[in-house]
Amino acid sequence: MSPIDVARAVRWTRLPGPLPIDHGSVDSAQWRAICAQCRAEGGRLAALWGSDERAAGQGFLVHAIVASAQRRFWITLGAGDADPRFPGLGDLFPVASRLERALFDLLGVSSGAPDTRPWLRHEAWGPADFPLRRDFARADPMAPGAPPYPFVAVRGAGVHEIGVGPIHAGIIEPGHFRFSVVGDEILRLEERFGYTHKGAAKRFEAMGLVDGARLAGRLCADSSAAYAGAYAMAVEALSGCTVPPRALWLRALAWERERIANHLGDLGALCQDGGLAFGHTQFGLLKERWLQTHDRLFGHRYLMDAVIPGGVAYDLDAAACRSLDAECASILETTRRLQDIVDDHAGLQERFLETGRIDEARVRALGGLGLAARASGIACDLRVNTPLPPYDRLQTRIAVRPQGDVAARVGVRFDEIYESLRLIREVLAQLPGGPVRVPCDGHGGLFGVGIVEGWRGEVLVAITRSPSAAAHHVHIHDPSWQNWPLLEHAVLGDLVPDFPLINKSFNLAYSGHDL
Amino acid sequence: MHKLIRQILKTGIVRHPPSARPEAPPEGCAEGRALVAQLGRAITVRHVDAGSCNGCELEIHALGNALYNLAALGVRFVASPRHADILLVTGPVSRAMADPLRAAWEAMPDPKRVVALGDCARGCGIFTANYATLGAVSAVIPVDIAIPGCPPSPETIREAFAALMARS
Ligand code: SF4
Repeated sequence: MSPIDVARAVRWTRLPGPLPIDHGSVDSAQWRAICAQCRAEGGRLAALWGSDERAAGQGFLVHAIVASAQRRFWITLGAGDADPRFPGLGDLFPVASRLERALFDLLGVSSGAPDTRPWLRHEAWGPADFPLRRDFARADPMAPGAPPYPFVAVRGAGVHEIGVGPIHAGIIEPGHFRFSVVGDEILRLEERFGYTHKGAAKRFEAMGLVDGARLAGRLCADSSAAYAGAYAMAVEALSGCTVPPRALWLRALAWERERIANHLGDLGALCQDGGLAFGHTQFGLLKERWLQTHDRLFGHRYLMDAVIPGGVAYDLDAAACRSLDAECASILETTRRLQDIVDDHAGLQERFLETGRIDEARVRALGGLGLAARASGIACDLRVNTPLPPYDRLQTRIAVRPQGDVAARVGVRFDEIYESLRLIREVLAQLPGGPVRVPCDGHGGLFGVGIVEGWRGEVLVAITRSPSAAAHHVHIHDPSWQNWPLLEHAVLGDLVPDFPLINKSFNLAYSGHDL
Repeated sequence: MHKLIRQILKTGIVRHPPSARPEAPPEGCAEGRALVAQLGRAITVRHVDAGSCNGCELEIHALGNALYNLAALGVRFVASPRHADILLVTGPVSRAMADPLRAAWEAMPDPKRVVALGDCARGCGIFTANYATLGAVSAVIPVDIAIPGCPPSPETIREAFAALMARS
């Protein structure tokens, strides 16, 4: 049988909700065949995780969501009970390698891949403890003296290693970067994360489905609206609840505002790292005023608790809409002026151009997505490729730059600010009337998924419910999983002192990754 | 260059307006005064993210913008705990950050103080103690001052530092 026939043999169920996605239970041959076919079509692995369904007599389940141009499939494979394992996907999708290591750390389901180093596990729990198993209840004092993590060593004349983190010199999240360098030139970068792992999936299990939205919005604060939005979509899909149109439009407003807030902050930080403090001051002020508007009209500077299952927690009257529109006009004018200055600034451009380059072929091979992929010439954007309401009525113009360097990632941010400002004004102009939320209790189906094009890329939330009990499992996938490996490649051949600038140009999540 | 100067002139000098919303004073402010008596009128701060969601960090960044301008109060962020008077800690302390946090605290010279920033760090945030999280900064090192909020607004943080810096 060809892979296509194998995939045809699966009984697919279209999941409720606006997102076109089919779910199917597969055997291990189908598991591999469907993924291989997706890879052959130029698709990618969107998420890979597991759940413990032993109480329902299903053993451990492994789930993957794969996406090709227009279609998404969620496949579920039984991995057994006593010695659970499944066929790994690392040969098809590079990102699978870290995802499989994380899956083993949390659930003890093995992919049989050669790299068995822990990924999320540090010394908080032992190699034979699996915290996401439902019978895991321990919170022992920490096991002291975990063996040091075996980084890959680079040997050769004049090569030495620089280890940075988990605590960094600036005010950023914790993670470890291990550089192998000759002089100042970077030969290899190896990342080590998991420092901010807070057991969020376990915490979700202890919260109600509806209440869980508060937690979803507090896993990665710069993407709070995107996370809460994807979570809400998943709960709504599970419950079969229909969100009122006004709420959908108001959500898009929040997501576009979140994108602009982050882009403004990043542009300021990139100016700072590039040596133009003026830019940091100016963009910092723009962002601050933008956040104050969030606080005033959406209830929180980072939009926490603004998006809830069933709708949104805020509403805007005509005066609020007018003031938001006027704010867009003013920020557009100022940002244009600042871009003019940034583009003309020889010193800054000298730092940005050709620095931290990663080309399209490499990004495709690694499965990169979101802003970083668009800055390497890849036209991927959920709002454009699979426009869910209201984006189906907004004709989002995608921002793509081919160069793949820091300058391109700066350029995409400017382009996206302008486009998001346009979208916000469109939303304000077309905002339908009606209620902004409906009750959504989370009862109903077994599988629910939500995806939002957050400012970094697609944020995915998948919720499974056990058929037997009220137990549920929440899995959240941040696009940083795909994009952190891009950074490892982008820095090759660059100088160590340029690393902060290159890192900032990606600005990937730690807390959102370490879940 | 003329464009840059014109933009600077157009922006003018922005000032932080007096706080519109009085919020709860940080716990342990009296303690803060004693600290200033010991440290003088300028303090150095080392920040450690002990597993936050990055929200508290975003507000620490905001403190540096022209509106809040924390530096004008005499507060400076430093790269090494060895140069720091205050350890500003965020997050519920993921277990993987417990040792680095303790090491940073031990590296600080005396007298030193710890500020727990945000509800997670105070031990009343959304992340409770579990297999991966200790649940509060005070589970690892002694906390002198706690600033409430999720995340605390820049005004609240600024006021807490202003209280610290006030002449006792
Ligand atoms: S207090 Fe709130 S903003 Fe700060 S780390 Fe905790 S959840 Fe995030």
